[in-house]
Amino acid sequence: MIDQMRRAYAIAKKDVRIYYLKGPVIIFGILSPAFLFLAFMIGRDLHVDFLIAGLLGMTIFFTSTSVTPVIAPTETQTRNLERLAAAPISVTTILFGDMLASVLFGIAISLVPILLGMALGVTIVHPFILALGIVLAAFCFSAMGLIFSSTPTSMTSTVMMLSTMIKFPLVFISGIFIPVQELPSWGRALASLSPLTYITDLCRYSFQGACHYPVMVDIGALLVFLIVFMVIAIKLHERSLPKRL
Amino acid sequence: MKNVIEVKELTKHYNGLTAVDHINFEVEEGEVFGFLGPNGAGKTTTVRMLTGVIKPSSGSVSVMGFDLGRHPIRAKETMGVVPELSNAYTELSAWNNLQFMAELYGVPKRVAVSRAEELLTKFDLYDRKDHAVKTFSKGMKQKLITAMSLMNDPEILFLDEPTSGLDVRSARLIKEMVRELRDTGKTIFLTTHYMDEASQLCNRVAIINHGRIAAIDAPEKLKMRIGGLQYVEVSFTAPVDVSDLRAMAGIIGLRTSGDKIQLYTEEPDRTIRSLVDYSRSNDLEIVTLNTLTPTLEDVFVKLTEEE
Ligand SMILES: Nc1ncnc2c1ncn2[C@@H]1O[C@H](COP(=O)(O)OP(=O)(O)O)[C@@H](O)[C@H]1O
Ligand SMILES: [Mg+2]
Repeated sequence: MIDQMRRAYAIAKKDVRIYYLKGPVIIFGILSPAFLFLAFMIGRDLHVDFLIAGLLGMTIFFTSTSVTPVIAPTETQTRNLERLAAAPISVTTILFGDMLASVLFGIAISLVPILLGMALGVTIVHPFILALGIVLAAFCFSAMGLIFSSTPTSMTSTVMMLSTMIKFPLVFISGIFIPVQELPSWGRALASLSPLTYITDLCRYSFQGACHYPVMVDIGALLVFLIVFMVIAIKLHERSLPKRL
Repeated sequence: MKNVIEVKELTKHYNGLTAVDHINFEVEEGEVFGFLGPNGAGKTTTVRMLTGVIKPSSGSVSVMGFDLGRHPIRAKETMGVVPELSNAYTELSAWNNLQFMAELYGVPKRVAVSRAEELLTKFDLYDRKDHAVKTFSKGMKQKLITAMSLMNDPEILFLDEPTSGLDVRSARLIKEMVRELRDTGKTIFLTTHYMDEASQLCNRVAIINHGRIAAIDAPEKLKMRIGGLQYVEVSFTAPVDVSDLRAMAGIIGLRTSGDKIQLYTEEPDRTIRSLVDYSRSNDLEIVTLNTLTPTLEDVFVKLTEEE
């Protein structure tokens, strides 16, 4: 078990070296939320706490889901996968390593909106809750990214398209641009289905001290999403890995 | 001698196609075991099942006493694997590729450093250790991949067509390495479609075709089985009664393919003379006449017919 964790860490290190230190990935991770943010926030009279919380939630979401979907198809294409499959590691270990890299990346990039917020005078009322939320959300979204890549394809473009088609709509139903409490009841129901809603809510709690859901509900929901995504990802990848060879 | 690999009734189906069909064999400690067969015979499928990369449809494999179905991690820790079509991480340096392998197999850091230095020197890659693998030639890549498979100092090394498509020098280096490893007592499982390679390197060879093992034996013994198998191929201007040809002295078998007749013989020279006499006395003209040594395919035909 400890051995497998160490080996997952080795995979994470490899992922960071190969996939994360590339310019486009980092830029895409920062720019997508920044553009969405600017497009929807400019000219609206909203509180800076509210804005930064939304930006932070979106940033974790986009960065954590940016690379996990492409690792498996890329390694299918570059023919590295059979070696991993022959190594003394389980599929869970491989996926956990991929997630770990993605989580570290998500956490590192999330410092950008936090520092930006602090520069704009936002105070962090609940730093521990914020840290916990960021870590949980980063794991949760990384696992979600793994689900996108579980079709046994070597085409990164297919996977990217699929993930974009799901990611962008999620942003709009997650109470980022409009507070959940101001949504109509169908909007609130929809928002409750998105993990992004809960991390954004947690961020608002951390900055403003107020939120729509109770804090424990936010944390619990993120945990449940994480476990569900992880289990689905493992099951799907266990099935698809042999088909990629 | 103890068996390090035991394979029982191993089978793999791919949607209706039986790639590997109830094969059984054992590999003993310290031997170089060759798996010889044409493309599509099921070699890679077998190696993938032996290395735990894919699950068999039925049957069992044990490696170093570990059942691969029940203890895949323990079994895999004893192996080194060079898959047929594989690659190092081209964006990483040779050094980082080797260290990554060591970490995956749980090799302690200090051992990994000295082993990587040793392997890089041996494979003549030490100068390039910090260069990204994408700058390497095909031969250098294959050497690195082989070195990667040795980072955990495996008891058993699986090589799937390790010299296929390589230049002569790299191929020779890999063959030398196989001999060296054999001399240090390692067990090697090697697949190839080159007869020569198998006979140069292997203590025993299994011949596989259409997912079945046609014969398992030492290469020299297999060669003896097929040694007498030469044939003369002839065609005439007019149809002939093949039973006349079959009756000729020294003929051990006969096949027709199109308008050509293939006569298996132990004495090609005598067969040719008889054919010439036959055509003269029957007032026929010979269109083609060739003597042929058996191809690998002929060996299979012979061996499968024998069963
Ligand atoms: N993943 C796969 N899906 C379907 N058929 C496969 C797959 N892999 C191999 N086969 C088929 O199984 C047979 C054996 O293939 P393989 O083991 O690769 O042969 P070899 O390595 O001896 O050339 C071939 O007919 C091949 O087409
Ligand atoms: Mg093959």
